[in-house]
Amino acid sequence: MKIFNLIKVAATVAVMTALAAGTATAADKVSMGFIYVGPKDDYGYNQAHSEGCAGVQKLDWVSAVEEASVPETTAVEEAMRDMIEQNGATVLFPTSFGYFNPHILKLAKDYPKVQFFHCGGMWHEGLPVNVGSYFGYIDEAEYVAGIVAAETSKSKKLGFIAAKPIPQVLRNINSYTLGARSVVPTATVQVIFTGDWSLPVKEAESANSLIDQGVDVLTCHVDSPKVIVTTAEKRGIMCTGYHANQSVLAPKGYLTGAEWNWSKVYMDYADWVHSGKSLMDGTIPHLIRGGLKEGFCKVSPYGPLVSDQAKADADAAKAKFMAGTMVIYKGPISDNTGKVVIPDGTELKQTDIELEKMNYLVAGVLGSTGS
Amino acid sequence: MTPPMGAAPTEPPLTNWRALVESFVIPTGAVLVALLIFGGFCGLAGASPFSVYHSIYRAAFGSWYAFQNTLIRAAPIMLCALCTALPMRLGMVMIGNEGALVIGGLGTVLVGAYWVSAPHYVALTAMALAGMVAGGLWIMAVGAMKIYRGVNEVISSLLMNYIAIAILNHLVNGPMHDPSSLNKPSSYPVPEANALGNIPGSRVHFGLVYGIAACLITWGLIEHTSFGFKVRMIGGNLRAARMAGLAVGKISLLVCFLAGAAAGLAGMAEVAAVQGCANESLAAGYGYAGILVAFVGRQHGLGVLLVSILLGGILASGGMLQRQNHLSDATVLVFQGIVFLVILYSESLYGRFKIFQTRAA
Repeated sequence: MKIFNLIKVAATVAVMTALAAGTATAADKVSMGFIYVGPKDDYGYNQAHSEGCAGVQKLDWVSAVEEASVPETTAVEEAMRDMIEQNGATVLFPTSFGYFNPHILKLAKDYPKVQFFHCGGMWHEGLPVNVGSYFGYIDEAEYVAGIVAAETSKSKKLGFIAAKPIPQVLRNINSYTLGARSVVPTATVQVIFTGDWSLPVKEAESANSLIDQGVDVLTCHVDSPKVIVTTAEKRGIMCTGYHANQSVLAPKGYLTGAEWNWSKVYMDYADWVHSGKSLMDGTIPHLIRGGLKEGFCKVSPYGPLVSDQAKADADAAKAKFMAGTMVIYKGPISDNTGKVVIPDGTELKQTDIELEKMNYLVAGVLGSTGS
Repeated sequence: MTPPMGAAPTEPPLTNWRALVESFVIPTGAVLVALLIFGGFCGLAGASPFSVYHSIYRAAFGSWYAFQNTLIRAAPIMLCALCTALPMRLGMVMIGNEGALVIGGLGTVLVGAYWVSAPHYVALTAMALAGMVAGGLWIMAVGAMKIYRGVNEVISSLLMNYIAIAILNHLVNGPMHDPSSLNKPSSYPVPEANALGNIPGSRVHFGLVYGIAACLITWGLIEHTSFGFKVRMIGGNLRAARMAGLAVGKISLLVCFLAGAAAGLAGMAEVAAVQGCANESLAAGYGYAGILVAFVGRQHGLGVLLVSILLGGILASGGMLQRQNHLSDATVLVFQGIVFLVILYSESLYGRFKIFQTRAA
């Protein structure tokens, strides 16, 4: 019993001092909460967002809390609620795609004064006004990575390990392929769909089987590219990264990669909220999107194996993206069954809603969407 | 006095207060020991153990607000745990909970999303029945393979989980696919008017009521009916049960059906109260958590009920440990692992302490 009382006293003292320290400075800070579906150090999707959080935490008028490995169930609803009720968060970034419907929408109705920003671009008219969406055209960075991959590859066989055949993923595969074939028209991209976002064993098996088939540059669209990048390095082939910078995992073979730059996006939001703007009065737009030019994503620094020629071609494409003159989806483009999907003379700009329904693989991709 | 022939074997009389105290002291002691070990772990990770204890208490049980978080998390785990606990009483180790939940969820959608004109309570009843029948048949199939073909139920029920998830993925990408769910393939939604609501005055959905009811029914059925006695007899000695003329096959299939129905009902609540449709989020690991709970709860209806709430509390504290104590997201798994290991170990201590032994009169 005595020990129990002691514990209670000690705990109360500790918490009271913590609370006192907390309330003294929290007055005019922007209080933010970040929620991730996986660990913060996954070298992938979640790390990219956590790096964004670390970016805004540097601002001394922002206080931010984080919670990692929160599944897309009632768990995320409770995590959001706790951040609002216990940490006083007024701005939330629940980052996993599957958090949106129904979890964010549910909480947004319960807390109309809290602003919810979701990564994925799903907001539309009629949904709660305190919800906003942001997303990046990272396929622009994939296009540049495709150029580097094709020019550096010796076999001209590239490999792409992807989670699911959904529009977002197909767009990355297609842009990567179009980039590769813009410099090496004979290059092919063999794709394998693993079926889910985080299946390390299957990802390693896929990587090995692609390498056995003669692929010498691997890339991927899964939550954590770690296993694929390390497998590529171990087997002595090259790779390009995704989500975050994985060059430390493959110092020899890492060529470049398509990275998110969420700290820029989160800083913008923080600035807006700090200056009194809000989603509710319409001073913060509900949908924000951007690519390389807007700083939503970036291309990893080139690795040691990239030739000067490849660098020059990649930089030229990047410069066109930065100038806003580059159109990836410019007809004629046919899919890998020979059907024309974008006719000659048609240009689909990045913002075109048509691209968000993508359900094909372009010519040069070996594989099928499967359903 | 010797009991007359044919009567149930004598249970230890409830007036045996020493045994009662023992069954209270040992689990409580186990939780305290687990807290001590976990405190040491947190100390090594750079957080004050006392502040960690306070966080856990505050996040899981400290207030009605926090306790609701615990209950929300406990609800599906409770139902899933019964899916292992019930067949365990027959001597079967069934770990197909995750699959039964997924299939139950699919059954629910089949009714809820397609029969949209049904009145609220009719729809809910139909969805619950559909979920239970779907999950029940799923686990009954495993039971049938075991009873009539001798297929090892541990392996087959585990593999059935993968099949269930594959069926889910196929259906939400194909025949059931709602074209508006582009980047997260989902089934057509259950209309909001037919959603399973919250218990009045709380934010806990009615799945919790289903869970508690199912645990109580299990307790009554297994411990206090002649059917339950037959089940325990099969689990105790299969050959003796056969010799005694029990319909082993029928009883076993029925128990497997009830087990699957419990997990299927969890799937129904996930679809009707939480997700609103079927998609990959159904397979969120509740089934696997249920296996653990069934073992720690000693396959007993009431044990499952209590342990589910304990696990709900542990899971509910995970967020606070990250936000308040700056521990990593895996800390809560370490805590869960330590608590369950110590509790399981503590079972070997029953009867070891002299003080709890009834002295010969």
